[in-house]
Amino acid sequence: MIKALQKKLNNRKVIILCSLLLAAICIVTILAPWLAPNDPIMVNLAQKLQPPSAAYPFGTDHLGRCILSRLLYGARISLGYAALICMAALGIGLVVGVLAGYLGGWVDYVLMRIGDGLIAIPSLLFVIGFVGIWGAGLKQVVLGLILVQWVFYARVIRGMVISLKEEQYITAARISGSSSWKVIKKHVAPNVISSLAVMGTLEMGWAIMNLSSMSFLGLGVQPPTPEWGAMILEGKSYIRTNPALMLYPGICIMVVVIVFNLLGESLSERFGIKRR
Amino acid sequence: MVTFIIKRIITIVPIYLIAILITFGMIHLSPVDPAEAYFTAAHVQATDQLLEQKRQELGLDQPFLLQYIDTVLNISQFDFGTSYVTNKPVWDEIATRMPATIQLALCSLLIAIIVSVPLGFLAGIKRNGVMDHASRFLSFIGASIPSFWLGYLLIFFFSVKLDLFPVEGTGTWKHLVLPSITLAFPLIALYTRLLRTSVMENLQETYVLFARTRGIREYSIMGKHVLRIAISPMITGLGMNLGHLLTGTIIVEAVFSWPGLGRFFIDAIFNRDVPVIQAYVLLAAGAFLLGNLIVDLIQLYIDPRISRKGRQLP
Repeated sequence: MIKALQKKLNNRKVIILCSLLLAAICIVTILAPWLAPNDPIMVNLAQKLQPPSAAYPFGTDHLGRCILSRLLYGARISLGYAALICMAALGIGLVVGVLAGYLGGWVDYVLMRIGDGLIAIPSLLFVIGFVGIWGAGLKQVVLGLILVQWVFYARVIRGMVISLKEEQYITAARISGSSSWKVIKKHVAPNVISSLAVMGTLEMGWAIMNLSSMSFLGLGVQPPTPEWGAMILEGKSYIRTNPALMLYPGICIMVVVIVFNLLGESLSERFGIKRR
Repeated sequence: MVTFIIKRIITIVPIYLIAILITFGMIHLSPVDPAEAYFTAAHVQATDQLLEQKRQELGLDQPFLLQYIDTVLNISQFDFGTSYVTNKPVWDEIATRMPATIQLALCSLLIAIIVSVPLGFLAGIKRNGVMDHASRFLSFIGASIPSFWLGYLLIFFFSVKLDLFPVEGTGTWKHLVLPSITLAFPLIALYTRLLRTSVMENLQETYVLFARTRGIREYSIMGKHVLRIAISPMITGLGMNLGHLLTGTIIVEAVFSWPGLGRFFIDAIFNRDVPVIQAYVLLAAGAFLLGNLIVDLIQLYIDPRISRKGRQLP
């Protein structure tokens, strides 16, 4: 359906539509403290498991907390930390990829073997193991996700840099005496950054999903902090009586991930960039 | 071809050693003292003397490199130490829980293959047909839906509303249905997509044109040639996704209270049972590498072009 829709709309329209949706999501996320009708962590047992009302537009959860407010604040955690993960992973990937690709030799060998070792352990498993050893918590999850994710960027960028190195203008710059640093900064980096942005968009969906998966397992965000995955974990016991508790956060995750994936895919199609 | 296989097997060893080193280094760098974790898990108030004794017993007073070599040697004999919680060998604990996880993983893999091969193939043959749209929609949703939420959705509709399948537990085949579908869904999405793209690419190849000019029936071109070659990337995907399958079981087992390795692992994390955590991560990494190896060998068998060219090592 969505893809069929995408066929009718052309690629450009999808990009515009997704960007607008994304902008709306970002605005809502940033304005969450002003939009939220109630305090997201205030427990009010007298009001527990209420149906939607004027005071609580989406009803209340098992502790009488406003679901809408929790969803809005949860967006700040999910999106904020996902963005942090992406930026950090992209940053490390860029530096490592350029160094490995441009310098080659033993630098390349060592960096890529470290990457191989990290990838040898399936990524989410690595993160869970990392959290297992270092203790549950948002900080550890974020760190773990960054640690596995930079490798993919580094590999892609390394490949791009190696093919760029053969370009004549790079050779020309080197012959005319530019230092390695200058060549990298002026000629290599600008060429890879646009691809990075596209990969980053796709990776946002990945990060949001894994962040919430970890919180769902109880390893990430700890209660009472509102986060979508953690909310599903809390709501799962009420699946028979109050399915809304686990339905709403799931819908939020799915919609945001869909928007990011759709945008990322349309962008990579448009610019002819292959993922990973 | 034999050299290729041997070469391929040899490349695994250093990668696995690095994986062990990384896991090991992580444990070393972590603020958790295994000796302390041991006593916390055993609910014993530890004195300094006890801690010191335990550290010696665990070999923590040895230099890092020596400990690492020790660990590698132990692992090569399937000795993963003893669990802090149960005081039994970790390997035994894992072996008793492995069948449940393998059952779940194989069942969902089967579902994924049964659904995605025809779907991806038909979608690839007829671009923009009904099947194509269906497959694209499915693969998009599959990539965007969190699997734990999908699990609860399935429970909500099929267990709570329709009362067709049990909510959790094991025993009958009915218990297996919902967890397997949950675990299979993202795989279906991925494989369908891979196969679709690969079929489309293969249809552009000259061998298809040649077969057509020879007057071979379309049916036989598709079934005998295109499918056989186009399925190759999907098999690679299968190997690459063993990891996904493994982590998937952790989440699905948590959703459906499935008594497998995944839940054992999560419990170990909460108990700070360091040997179990280490063993699980290393076993999973080993299974992942081994899976990739097997997949490479299958490909060698299926696609004759690879063996003839003596494909480059990745």
